[in-house]
Amino acid sequence: MEMLPGIYRWIHIMAGVMWVGLLYYFNFVQVAALKAAQSDSTAAGITKHVAPRALFFFRWAALATWLAGAALLGSNFVAAFMLQAGFQKIGIGAWLGTIMLLNVWGLIWPNQKKILGLVQATDEQKNKARRVAFLASRTNTMLSIPMLFFMVAQTHIPM
Amino acid sequence: MKNPLDSLWGTVIAGFVLTVILYYIVKSVIGG
Repeated sequence: MEMLPGIYRWIHIMAGVMWVGLLYYFNFVQVAALKAAQSDSTAAGITKHVAPRALFFFRWAALATWLAGAALLGSNFVAAFMLQAGFQKIGIGAWLGTIMLLNVWGLIWPNQKKILGLVQATDEQKNKARRVAFLASRTNTMLSIPMLFFMVAQTHIPM
Repeated sequence: MKNPLDSLWGTVIAGFVLTVILYYIVKSVIGG
């Protein structure tokens, strides 16, 4: 039993690396790669073979990260989310991570399903889905920076 | 005005700016 917090932390970090790693892959690599690939008609290779696989691990890693983080907080879960004394830093990190998780499952994944043709959508709906998914993904990239800062700050950065 | 999230580096800079803002807010709350 005394090993559990360490195990939760290990899973939290491992899944978090996969989640944020794939988020950075989408934003730092794939967006620019798709733009370049459209000019020589090779974009289908990315959208058909790479993006669905990346999105699979991305969305499940996001959920695993959040669940392991919640388990790690344990009885301090409410104190963190209520930003109670001593928990303000991890609380901000937890809130940012939660917003990011909701962005993944509520905005990015439903819109990516339309873009990738996994659900039926008109061209107009696909264009709108592209913009929403793009902005949600960019928002998560932006939020990941303070999120990681405050996760680290709880123990390692005095304020 | 252009949306900073349309640019990759605008996104990264916005992330750092948000970090600084939140840092000072949390610091003022903790410091009382």
